[in-house]
Amino acid sequence: MAAIEVENLTKRFNGFTAVDALTFQVEEGEIFGLLGPNGAGKSTLIRMLTTLIPPTEGVALVNGFDVIRQPNQVRRCIGVIPQAMTSDLELTAVENMNIFAKLYGVPRERRARIVKELLEAVQLEKWADHPVKNLSGGMRRRLEIARGLVHEPKMFFLDEPTTGLDPTSRIAVWEMLMELKKRRDLTILLTTHYMDEADKLCDHIAIVDHGKLVALDSPMKLKASIPAASFLEVSFSTIPEGWTEILKQLPDAASVVEHDHIFRIASHNGPRTTIELVEAARRAGIVVSSLAVQSTTLDNVFTHYTGRQLRDELQEGKYDISFMYQRGGRS
Amino acid sequence: MNRILALIERDLRKFFRSPALMMVSMVFPLVQLVVLGYAFGGKIKNLKVGVVNQDHGLQTVKLREMFGAIAANAQTFTTVNYNDPKQAIHDLRNGRINAVINIPPNFSRDTLEQAAPKIALIEDNTDNFVASALMASLTQLVQDFNQPSVQPRVPGQVTLSVVELYPYVPYIQYLLAGSVALAIFVSAMIGGGIIYIDDKARGIHEGYLVTPITKFELIMGFTLSGALKAILAGLVLSTLGALLAGIPHPVDPVRIIRLFVVVVVTSLALISMMFLLMVRVSDPLVPRATFGVLNTLLFFPSGAVYPVNAFPPWMKVIARVDPFTYAVHAFKALFLKNTGFGAIAGDLLFLSVFTVIMMGAATLLFRRTL
Repeated sequence: MAAIEVENLTKRFNGFTAVDALTFQVEEGEIFGLLGPNGAGKSTLIRMLTTLIPPTEGVALVNGFDVIRQPNQVRRCIGVIPQAMTSDLELTAVENMNIFAKLYGVPRERRARIVKELLEAVQLEKWADHPVKNLSGGMRRRLEIARGLVHEPKMFFLDEPTTGLDPTSRIAVWEMLMELKKRRDLTILLTTHYMDEADKLCDHIAIVDHGKLVALDSPMKLKASIPAASFLEVSFSTIPEGWTEILKQLPDAASVVEHDHIFRIASHNGPRTTIELVEAARRAGIVVSSLAVQSTTLDNVFTHYTGRQLRDELQEGKYDISFMYQRGGRS
Repeated sequence: MNRILALIERDLRKFFRSPALMMVSMVFPLVQLVVLGYAFGGKIKNLKVGVVNQDHGLQTVKLREMFGAIAANAQTFTTVNYNDPKQAIHDLRNGRINAVINIPPNFSRDTLEQAAPKIALIEDNTDNFVASALMASLTQLVQDFNQPSVQPRVPGQVTLSVVELYPYVPYIQYLLAGSVALAIFVSAMIGGGIIYIDDKARGIHEGYLVTPITKFELIMGFTLSGALKAILAGLVLSTLGALLAGIPHPVDPVRIIRLFVVVVVTSLALISMMFLLMVRVSDPLVPRATFGVLNTLLFFPSGAVYPVNAFPPWMKVIARVDPFTYAVHAFKALFLKNTGFGAIAGDLLFLSVFTVIMMGAATLLFRRTL
């Protein structure tokens, strides 16, 4: 039996379709990633699966329970970490966890043991009796993860679990999730903006855009599914007439897109296209101002399927740039 | 039940760790009690009245002696002599004095001849309180002046004998009932309004909604935790306020039990009203924006600061449906008269029915989903 079965799931708000007839399955014990830009419908989907909002159409079964007809059974077997950090700052870590253990009806004799175990698992045992307001952002997120597991759920929903965390804290959260999944036999569904996060954590990834499912497979297969092995991002001191057409003629170039004087070239053979590109620039008498070559990432997959990039990601320098070449001119 | 207790535990832990919140809930009504109580409760004293004596006869000497007696005893006013009426009026207009008494020429002769003698009081009527105080003081003075020197053995005029059932009630004691109701309202507004909406906006409620908690448990948890804080504020105010205001026998255990019942019923009524008002609100600015309006709309028409009988008809309609009115009436009965439940049964019944209606409507409107 699949852990989550979704069929033709749709949510409309006053005529606007936020989630449009989604159909997919999540297998038991896997980490399933939902990728998509802001407004793609990820959070709406998670809210339907966690019984927070009722679907307009379609069926969603979580652990075999229908989210519309059996919401309480669904709630008992899921743990949910919403996007916002919602622990009470004035309460201690243990108090926050105890309150939720009581809300989930965890018996008193099991409560203390589970809380202790989980705080150890998220490495917060030393901070157990400290008010949450004294914890860093990463520690608070780890506490929320522990809080979501306090009733020992089978399924764990995380809505953008690492948004706003520094790189070290993000990696700590990733490692923790991998460890928890392994030890507690969890099925995890998470949404994220971060492609590297999805690549690192997820067994399967669904890319959602405008409420529709545009791709679903393992990260490896998704990367193999797009027609290029490498991507070059290059800028020049000047751009001659018809330069885009010349670049398209480069050996192994699959596509060329220009945005804001930066050319993005998809290539089946990165090194060969790079050498030919530098030669073509020399022949045209222009200087290569900057050049970056990267192998296929989930960003490329995302761009390929949704037709757009996560610009905020680009600004934050989160691309896996394996090689960068800069020389004079504009940077 | 455990889930309801968990919500209450969370709320109370937060409350007791926030001294600022506790101060606001309890100190604001206490400050209002003291400041308003003493600001409105005192007798008006030490006014300055210009006297223009154009007569200088024997009867004016008697009048002056009576002015002196007021200055020495009640101290309502002291007199300043003027020779020029124009100068006296000029000083009155410029606020140097509060009124002018003009004793016309021939006042003494007219008095002796019983030829309709008159003195004039020229007052600054922009301040009604001062004008009324002066008017009352001088009306009494004129009545005393008119009394014959030798009283008849058996008076032929009707006199009024006043019997006061209770000891003198200073204004601060009169205001105490309203202050206790206000303390409960402030707590209900903070707990049931501001904190409730802030928690909703921060996503705390989203965390509750994904647990197996039922709609009934959520509503009871929110209501009871808010009510407990309001009860606490009401009890603190009742005790401290009674001591501050000088209520006789402030720790009478029977009255404390009755007060406890009224505090509980009032807290439930106000928190359920707040819950109904906020049940569909999600913008944190809304409870803050409505705080002042609600306070004015509920507190002042309740009879807390001025008797309801003095209100225009439209305000009496507000007073009739205002839960504050019944709470204030019950608290006044207990603080000022130390009555039994018989005198406040109607108030308790209204507040209980009000709570049931508010909670029923709020439950219908409350959504278990986002």
